[in-house]
Amino acid sequence: MRLELVKRPQHSTLFSALSPFIALGLTLIAGAIMFSLLGKNPVDALYYYFIDPLRETWSLHELAVKAAPLILIAVGLSVCYSSNNWNIGAEGQFIAGAILGSSIPVLLPGFQSWIVLPLMLILGMAGGAAYGAIPAWLKVRFNTNEILTSLMLVYVAQLFNDWLVRGPWRNPQGFSFPGTVRFHEYAVLPEIWPAAGRANWGFVFALVAAFLLWFMMSRTLKGFEVKVLGQSPRAGRFAGFSSSRMVFFAFTLSGALAGLAGICEVSGAVGHLNEKLSIGYGFTAIIVAFLGRLNPLGVVAAGLVLALTYLGGEAAQISIGVSDKAVRAFQGMLLFFVLACDTLIHYRIRFVGARAGAGEAMRHV
Amino acid sequence: MFDAIIITIATAATPILIAAIGELVVERSGVLNLGVEGMMIMGAVTGFGVALTTGSPWLGFLAAAVVGALFSLLFGFLTLTLVTNQVATGLALTLLGLGVSGMIGEAFIGQPGVKMGNISIPLLSDLPFVGKLLFGQDPIFYLSILLTLAVAWFLFRTRAGLTLRSVGDNHASAHALGIDVIGIRYMAVTFGGACAGVAGGYLSLVYTPQWIENMTAGRGWIALALVVFASWRPWRVLAGAYLFGAVSIGQLHAQALGVGVPSQLLSALPYLATVVVLVLISRNRRLTMINTPASLGRAFVPDR
Amino acid sequence: MKKTLLSLVTATAALALATVAAEAKLKACFIYVGPIGDFGWSYQHHQGALEMQKNLGGEEQVELAYLESVAEGADAERALERFARSGCNIIFTTSFGYMDATNAVAGKFPDVKFEHATGYKRDHPNVSTYNSKFHEGRYVQGIIAAKMSKAGVAGYIASFPIPEVVMGINAFVLGAQTVNPDFKVKVVWANTWFDPGKEADAAKALIDQGVDIITQHTDSTAPMQVAAERGIKAFGQASDMIAFGKETQLTAVVDNWGPYYTERVKAVMDGTWSQVDVWGGMKEGHVVMAPFTNMPDDVKAAAEAAVEKIKGGFEPFTGPITKQDGTEWLKDGERAENGVLLGLNFYVKGVDDKLPQ
Repeated sequence: MRLELVKRPQHSTLFSALSPFIALGLTLIAGAIMFSLLGKNPVDALYYYFIDPLRETWSLHELAVKAAPLILIAVGLSVCYSSNNWNIGAEGQFIAGAILGSSIPVLLPGFQSWIVLPLMLILGMAGGAAYGAIPAWLKVRFNTNEILTSLMLVYVAQLFNDWLVRGPWRNPQGFSFPGTVRFHEYAVLPEIWPAAGRANWGFVFALVAAFLLWFMMSRTLKGFEVKVLGQSPRAGRFAGFSSSRMVFFAFTLSGALAGLAGICEVSGAVGHLNEKLSIGYGFTAIIVAFLGRLNPLGVVAAGLVLALTYLGGEAAQISIGVSDKAVRAFQGMLLFFVLACDTLIHYRIRFVGARAGAGEAMRHV
Repeated sequence: MFDAIIITIATAATPILIAAIGELVVERSGVLNLGVEGMMIMGAVTGFGVALTTGSPWLGFLAAAVVGALFSLLFGFLTLTLVTNQVATGLALTLLGLGVSGMIGEAFIGQPGVKMGNISIPLLSDLPFVGKLLFGQDPIFYLSILLTLAVAWFLFRTRAGLTLRSVGDNHASAHALGIDVIGIRYMAVTFGGACAGVAGGYLSLVYTPQWIENMTAGRGWIALALVVFASWRPWRVLAGAYLFGAVSIGQLHAQALGVGVPSQLLSALPYLATVVVLVLISRNRRLTMINTPASLGRAFVPDR
Repeated sequence: MKKTLLSLVTATAALALATVAAEAKLKACFIYVGPIGDFGWSYQHHQGALEMQKNLGGEEQVELAYLESVAEGADAERALERFARSGCNIIFTTSFGYMDATNAVAGKFPDVKFEHATGYKRDHPNVSTYNSKFHEGRYVQGIIAAKMSKAGVAGYIASFPIPEVVMGINAFVLGAQTVNPDFKVKVVWANTWFDPGKEADAAKALIDQGVDIITQHTDSTAPMQVAAERGIKAFGQASDMIAFGKETQLTAVVDNWGPYYTERVKAVMDGTWSQVDVWGGMKEGHVVMAPFTNMPDDVKAAAEAAVEKIKGGFEPFTGPITKQDGTEWLKDGERAENGVLLGLNFYVKGVDDKLPQ
């Protein structure tokens, strides 16, 4: 007996709605089994993972802090992937944005005015967009595989940043430790509601970006162009769309948003540029984009869920001593189940009996 | 001293070579598995654990290969049977591998492992200069060279290899010719997983015989880059792995000799070189057509 | 009736006592930058935490909570806040990169005590800083290396050019030069705290360049294994690595955080905790040498004598010391100031390397 997929004539509305819940349910079951194997009470563990971090205001703010870069990067990627362009190097664009945006407070510490922060944000987006344009240009000009070039450029950006903060940009008063000077007050991204918690305007940017891109994708011609070129480049060309221009659009858009996330992280949550900036937001965001099924609004939900697993992982570690390794395993399982369940939207699964399978094999001979 | 340096380079190159050869076969069949790092670390932890319990590094390598293959089947089931996105599934596999290996390995921390020794052939191993180089390394080193040879022969000299490449080049026509596209891809993915497992085992059984979390430290990603760097040619993978090994070892020697160079720049060189090579092979469309598996990363659903 | 009353009183008293005991149970929390399974930096901090718990009466008296592999940035601040809110009485933040997060959260929770390792900022009265004089141990290693080495050159696997590491290299050289004024050290920067493969490669490169003693300021046991394989001697780092080189390890500088953690948590229990800036060494028991092994008795005696000298108050960075470029740093008998040491960014004479700037 084996599985066989039968394409549905139309994608299933029922499973579109149900599949995230089926996936979540399966993840919870698998998670419970994993926790039991680790010798922990699964109900407790799941409580600390998914409920405990939502109980207090400060923790909700932290959720926003953690989710903001994930959502910002992932909404850009969702458009990029919908257009069938595979930008795997958002981490590099995140760093490029952080570096270019930080250049103002680091190189011109005396320049203190309200205009500094907006300039930093714009430079951050420009840095990310420019870094994202490299694999786009290579793809259009030389037909180079963008998955691989964008991935390689991540390492280059990480090493360049490492060199900067240990060398030319190092804080002279920092006892030779890597890292730039702390940003002055005009260069710090403010918190939304400082009395309640640490969430900064980066989260608002993320929500706005998600809404704008959702609007673009579902209500404008540009969104239609993205989808047509993504599903069938040939059809897109007949419709008069340029796939070269689309490559640049997709990469600079996702790059700019990753760059914005980078500068928001540096000027909001951290307060200076250092060598520990890159902790994998750009890669985790790929997962977020798929968890949100490449829909900008879905990405918001997915970003929050994934951020919750980080916070919950900490809560579970403190309260019942679940190892932090469980977090990654958990995220991996969640993504597996979501991807698997989404298959149900487009396909029906049929079990083919052994005899039919054998007959099939015969015909192939 | 010179032969010692070459042996060091060989040790650094071998795990990347094995993982990359496996991934090369996978990609030649048209599948992009970004989970190499995850499969490698699973191989490293099981290889270490089994060798520690049984005392036999050979059993450790066997277990590493089996676990790597099983882990890759998870990827295969999702991407081939359930046609999920290969990029996302590969990333999820890496996440899962890093997490699960950390949990399994907690018991092994701080324990010296079992090292697979070097072979020794009377007389030959004692030859000046080439003795150690040719006849005195660890068995897996020889396996990696044989593997390259075997894969090169298989892909370009056998009918089955031709079939595998045709699946990677154009799965629709391959299917029309009656080839079992999914079946062949399953086999390729499993082979790639077993290779990644062995490569991971090499880290925890030969390179540095111990278990430490995240001990692959990005070598799976380098193997992925290498496959493209080599434009999907086994012998070029071998050359690339040794070039990469030579650059990273050479940099350490340059430092010990007191040559001051920004180490970040040197570390970035392999990645920049890969981009340049990618550009060079891609700009010539004919060359690309010959080498690149055209169906790479695209899902295939047989319609009937 | 009387009996009932009595039992009621006893019950109440018992209950009250139980409440007191529950309140008296102290919660000590630790945040680690790496996995506690690194068998190096974070592992040793965790060992210190466990030792502290044992010293102070076990789980009944001290509740221990920890978070491992916490990134130094936004994540650290969140983790610390969660700790503070979950009832931790004292929080140890065990990596330099937690400095700003520690001070930010300490400002919000004045009743919680914070102890930051290896940093220099104490913005609030509830923040202490602590560090260990690992360079004292490296000085002793230098003496042993110079006595054991036939080549007169040792190999040093370094992580990143931060003052801590530069201090260690210099102290090693100074120790070695007391035995052999021409002793040289070759340095290789691995640019990682933790990558067993790369550390092993660095060790091999150094050995191929003719060094016959290896020491390291990176965290894994890989260099020890390489040294064992190639039949030369080596020093362990952070923890006693004798299991990885029974015939190889000469000694190791062991980060011994247990005594400090015990002292500070006890101070919180007793209500005597106050802000300090501690830089403890061998004298205080914060730096301990693993047993001297695989060496002749005269070398062992010299090493033990050096340890005693340091315990008696000797500072390895005491003049005359010449900088690498030949200029004078410290005059005869002059001790380096702590401030200079903690920001050290130059080599002393005898280091065969150019310090990356």
